[in-house]
Amino acid sequence: MSTIPENLKYANSHEWVLDNGDGTVTVGITDHAQELLGDVVYVELPEIGAEVVSTEQFSLVESVKAASDIYAPVNGEVIEVNEALNDTPELINDAPYEGAWIAKIKLSDAADLDNLLDAEGYSAIIE
Amino acid sequence: MKRTALYDQHVASGARMVEFAGYEMPVQYPLGVMKEHLWVREQAGLFDVSHMGQVILRGDNVKVALESILPVDVLGLAEGTQRYGMFTTADGGITDDLMFANWGADEVFMVVNAGCKEQDFAYLKASLVDCDVEVVEDRSLLAIQGPKARDVFARMVPEAATMTFMQSVKFEWQGIELWVSCSGYTGEDGYEVSVPNDHAEAFANAVLAFDEVEWIGLGARDSLRLEAGLCLYGHDIDTHTTPIEASLNWAIQKVRRLDGDRAGGFPGAELILSQFTDKPAKKRVGFLVDGRAPVREGVDIVDASGDVQGKVTSGGFSPTLSKPIVMAYVATACLDSGAALFASVRGKQIPLNLTAMPFVPSRYYRG
Repeated sequence: MSTIPENLKYANSHEWVLDNGDGTVTVGITDHAQELLGDVVYVELPEIGAEVVSTEQFSLVESVKAASDIYAPVNGEVIEVNEALNDTPELINDAPYEGAWIAKIKLSDAADLDNLLDAEGYSAIIE
Repeated sequence: MKRTALYDQHVASGARMVEFAGYEMPVQYPLGVMKEHLWVREQAGLFDVSHMGQVILRGDNVKVALESILPVDVLGLAEGTQRYGMFTTADGGITDDLMFANWGADEVFMVVNAGCKEQDFAYLKASLVDCDVEVVEDRSLLAIQGPKARDVFARMVPEAATMTFMQSVKFEWQGIELWVSCSGYTGEDGYEVSVPNDHAEAFANAVLAFDEVEWIGLGARDSLRLEAGLCLYGHDIDTHTTPIEASLNWAIQKVRRLDGDRAGGFPGAELILSQFTDKPAKKRVGFLVDGRAPVREGVDIVDASGDVQGKVTSGGFSPTLSKPIVMAYVATACLDSGAALFASVRGKQIPLNLTAMPFVPSRYYRG
């Protein structure tokens, strides 16, 4: 079964969101998402400074099977990206919640977090 | 949807089953595509390819008749060996590619693609009028591929140890007749084994009992054949590509070419043979892709000014090379000019480097 950490929030489109408590969030894709994707071979990181819009594409993950769009779970500005994914995209499979964060986003509205699912809610949609 | 005799075993092995050519087939097992692929390059993999069509052709005239529908040397093929071939249309296109084996003066065994087999069987029956076309329904087809394949299979069938690439022989294993060819579609040494459906499970279990062997799904089969530079029918070859455009010149032996003793005499011969001297407008070639982003089937290939010069027909990430590779059809004039080429992906132009195929050296055992 997929791991769904209690301390994270989730988007319907299978991204996880860690509230860093300082108006920024860290974003990645869930264990369930990486299981569906299969072996990840490439991650197209967003540009630092890019304005991202909730539910719109902001990154892209390619597995051996197919390309999959990754959607921004919140509105805001990309302030950091995980360069480690350029050389080791397989981190997405090996450590989806640890090493394989994709980007840090500065929230334009902290209330966006309220629109996300908690672990229980996310668990319900992937069953 | 149809199932092979090994369906239950795939499910029990944790396979993810998908529809392929009307069959529920294993696309991957719990190892996953990447690890399955690398396993075949390092150890030995077992593939269920029972969805493919097996057919026996018999008749006094069977080889002459086959030469009238295949652009390859059938009469000159030694007994107990097999050869690659393809069915062609009057326009020079390809309706399927295949393997056929000389099983004696009046007998040929043929394996065709799953997606084309009903059409192929009908075509064979219509074309080989004085021959018996026996579709083999009661046998499964398994492939054992990889550097350990020979060692493993020889422990089951010792006589197979000395088989060389493209030999095709019948052996006994536990009282069952196996039809064994030393071939495959991964670029590795190995065997394709036709086994009666009733014994397919026992045979598969006997192969899997060796630690060197894992089940391998269609996902890794596709990336392995791509690395080996081998065409996938319906993608890299079809009715809109001639054998010469597909860079399969090697498959048409000299005896069937214009100066040969048995030149032509197959559908599309005039066009196909003329292309040996008058280069076709497009050609299948291989490229290594800059960076890590996979370039997939259907992507346009452009020159520096952005003009479309070709299209990718198979593309993906090569686990062995750890980089993306593609097969594509590209305008011959553009290839001859040596112009820089790019894959146009999501608005970006990714540099391509023309490379000889296979992408990964083949390891066929030729003795």
